[in-house]
Amino acid sequence: MTISQGTRHVGQPLKRREDLKLLAGRGRYVDDLKLPGMLYMAILRSPHAHAKIDSIDLSLARAAPGVRLALSGSALEDRIGPIVPNWIIPGSKVPVRRVVATDRVRFVGESVALVVAESLAEAYDAIGLIEVEYDVLPAVTEEQDAVRGDAPQLHENVPGNITTFYKVKGGDYEKANREADQVVKLRVVNNRLIPTCMETRAIVAAPEPDGTLTVYIGSQVPHMHRRWIAETVRIPEHQLRVVAPDIGGGFGAKMHLYPEDLLCPYLARELNAPVKWWETRSESHQSTSHGRAHTEDLEIAFNNDGRILGLKVSTLGNVGAYLSNMATGGPTVNTVNFGTGTYKIENYEALSRVVVTNTVPVDAYRGYGRPEGAYIAERAIDAVARHLNLDQVEVRRRNFIQASDFPYRPYGSTGVMYDSGDYQALLDKALEAFDYEGRRGECEALRGNGIYRGIGVAAYTHMCGMAPSRRLAPGGFDRGGWESARVSIDSSGRATIYSGSMSQGQGHATSLAQIAADVLQIPLEDIEIVQGDTRQVQAGHGTFNSRSMAVGGSSVHVSSHRVITKAKTIAAGMLEVDEKDVSYSAGAFTVPGTDIAPLTFSKVARMAYVGHKLPDGVAPGLDETVFYDPTGMGAPSGVHMAYVEVDPETGIVDILDYVAVDDVGTLINPRLAAGQIHGGVVQGIAQALFEEVSYDSESGQLLTGSLLDYAVPRAEHVPNIRSSFQQTPSPTNPIGVKGIGESGSIAAPPCMVHAVLDALSPFGIKHLDMPLTPPRIWAAIRSVREGDAR
Amino acid sequence: MPATASTREVTIEINGLRRTGTVEARRLLVHFLREDLGLTGTHVGCDTSQCGACTVEIDGVAVKSCTVLAVMADGASITTIEGLTDGSGELSRVQKAFHDHHALQCGFCTPGMVMSVRNLLRENPNPSEREIRHGLAGNICRCTGYHNIVRAVESLASEGSVA
Ligand code: FES
Ligand code: FES
Repeated sequence: MTISQGTRHVGQPLKRREDLKLLAGRGRYVDDLKLPGMLYMAILRSPHAHAKIDSIDLSLARAAPGVRLALSGSALEDRIGPIVPNWIIPGSKVPVRRVVATDRVRFVGESVALVVAESLAEAYDAIGLIEVEYDVLPAVTEEQDAVRGDAPQLHENVPGNITTFYKVKGGDYEKANREADQVVKLRVVNNRLIPTCMETRAIVAAPEPDGTLTVYIGSQVPHMHRRWIAETVRIPEHQLRVVAPDIGGGFGAKMHLYPEDLLCPYLARELNAPVKWWETRSESHQSTSHGRAHTEDLEIAFNNDGRILGLKVSTLGNVGAYLSNMATGGPTVNTVNFGTGTYKIENYEALSRVVVTNTVPVDAYRGYGRPEGAYIAERAIDAVARHLNLDQVEVRRRNFIQASDFPYRPYGSTGVMYDSGDYQALLDKALEAFDYEGRRGECEALRGNGIYRGIGVAAYTHMCGMAPSRRLAPGGFDRGGWESARVSIDSSGRATIYSGSMSQGQGHATSLAQIAADVLQIPLEDIEIVQGDTRQVQAGHGTFNSRSMAVGGSSVHVSSHRVITKAKTIAAGMLEVDEKDVSYSAGAFTVPGTDIAPLTFSKVARMAYVGHKLPDGVAPGLDETVFYDPTGMGAPSGVHMAYVEVDPETGIVDILDYVAVDDVGTLINPRLAAGQIHGGVVQGIAQALFEEVSYDSESGQLLTGSLLDYAVPRAEHVPNIRSSFQQTPSPTNPIGVKGIGESGSIAAPPCMVHAVLDALSPFGIKHLDMPLTPPRIWAAIRSVREGDAR
Repeated sequence: MPATASTREVTIEINGLRRTGTVEARRLLVHFLREDLGLTGTHVGCDTSQCGACTVEIDGVAVKSCTVLAVMADGASITTIEGLTDGSGELSRVQKAFHDHHALQCGFCTPGMVMSVRNLLRENPNPSEREIRHGLAGNICRCTGYHNIVRAVESLASEGSVA
């Protein structure tokens, strides 16, 4: 069927429909919810990184004012849990994770006991009355230390603290190594981060009069949470309703199953009252998953012309004390599969080891594995350029996968396929926007005056929207790759769209409506988007992995098409013509070449519901549900460039300019797309320059325990982001989109590191690990200067 | 709640309405607003006075309401985000600029950010980009990268009144 377009909505920089309530202070986040008779849960957390629990005395807490219940882990052991990961790479050893610790704690922040009281203050007060005796054990926090022979062991069934070994191999690295002109080794650290959604986690579980249970939770994956809570708390899934209201950012941290997600539902049923838990910021630092935390050893074999022949990677991915929801997939599939980046490196070998330590569990954070993978590829190519003293742009050009190579399987991989792209064109656009030649000259000229400026370049590609479903089983990913959308037309011709995707600020109420409006050809005001309620939305996987437009948007597109297909059949009956003669254009069915008057969509919708004149065999109603399972995954790509000045006396980095050119396929809404780039880039700059979780390696204490110690950047620490796009439609889905949410946080870290290293090149500094804080840079410069003086 | 040794009665004008309530002496203003008065547009994003999500106006000055006890605001006049659209339901100029420039994503930082922007423009009606970025140093936004917030404020610079 051809649908001629009325007004095009896709591609328009429309303003967001969800803004008005949020701007007026009428957003509804979980903590805004107050139900009659609501009780409050507070959690006592372990102050030790590793200890045996000798005894827990709850008697004072139980007697405290307002307290309804005080429990330790042993009372819950047979009732809920354990918490089971959702992505288990085959062969992984899975440690048992209790909802509340019973005999042993393994990280600072692990839950040890809980109190439910009539007010939050009373719950906190009572927590302070619980007495726990610990027998402190030696702890290990760093991944390199945890794999040493003498390291403290966390779990009996995880020998050597390694849960998972994962290998990737393509071509013949050893041969490349022998034949290459040169081989360079490099160790790079991908610093541990805290996702820091501005809204911390919160949950309210409320028993309903009919015996069902409603759970309000800021979840990126409401239907997944329904399944996991149902299974772990042992509630029939159909009697559980998960509602995700407005969410104050997710970035991957709100898509996992946490102990509190299980405790509130369990306790609400036990006490037959609504139970709320709200996480303080400092609590969040020790209870919500962290991100990154890798160390990778690289070996790069290359020729003197800058061509990389082979790359060998050894990754240690620190996943904290237990396997969080997706933990085995991050350092493995998501990282090393993408270690060759945008470059044609045909001989590739990688080994990833997933390592447990006495730290907060590590899981998805904006990009999950792909930032680490891109960092491998980019630090490798940068090392080649630096080593050979070649121009960083030229080295990339020589190694890029070419536009004619797509679809491209790097190193002959069976799991990775880059569907489309044009990296040279991206690079050209970036160079022009950046004025590379001009600035190169400027850098050189200023160096004579003791001014240290540098240019950073980074290219990236990755894959979004894990799919199709049947390909996820071999990797141990225990969910599907589809997304569902129901387009329900009412009897006036207006649409309510129930989408399994879940916005946490991305603007789906606008972007999904744009997709539907183009197919349905009805005004945007006539479309409502419903998400985040498992009682209303039929099914879904939610929002992560930059999948919402590629998979969720495609499902809206396909179901909207089905609506029009059926409406056309009904229209043909009403017009008494053959269906194949009917066209749909500008919101009306017409019969071209005749003088039959156009029939509006709303009239057809009314007929669908009164059913008075439907063609034989056509059921009433205009309401289509689609479970859209993609055939493949789109691969966004981009080139980012940064211009910095480093003050050698203080080590402070001033970011003078930042240019991002991204190819995310078809743009649904350029305004929102740019917003995704801005936010992602700043999170990436934050990783490169500011943020790092620190643990005391002896005691295992979390040193960055609050926003006082963890350096989330403010407006004055970051630059304007000059974002532009190239649009190579993805052939993997009907709207041609690839995914955008993670691009910025993937590209910015290597881009910033390269800019700083370029600025520091007069000092001969070839590598520094993130975050490039002033003390780190200053110390590096000083050690060079002291070496010179000696 | 009846007044006891640890509670006090406070009278505060909030968004133009006089509100009287009994509060625990240890109750933070932000909790008084959110929990007791149901004004949930003011958010709590941290516990160390870092994030600015709780920013309101007390007697015309932007203040982090997590740094103030409710009893300290006795007799004061407070404006919260809800107060900016009261009555007409129309967005104020700062709110409208945020909408026009896509200066919010999840919206969690937004009420506090809007309050800080009003304060910034009151103190300096025509700020430079650097002054805008510096002036918003008390507010964290994790979503927007600040770029579009700065654009929104620039669009208001030199336009005069912030109401
Ligand atoms: S809640 Fe963060 S500054 Fe007040
Ligand atoms: S819009 Fe989400 S924190 Fe600012």
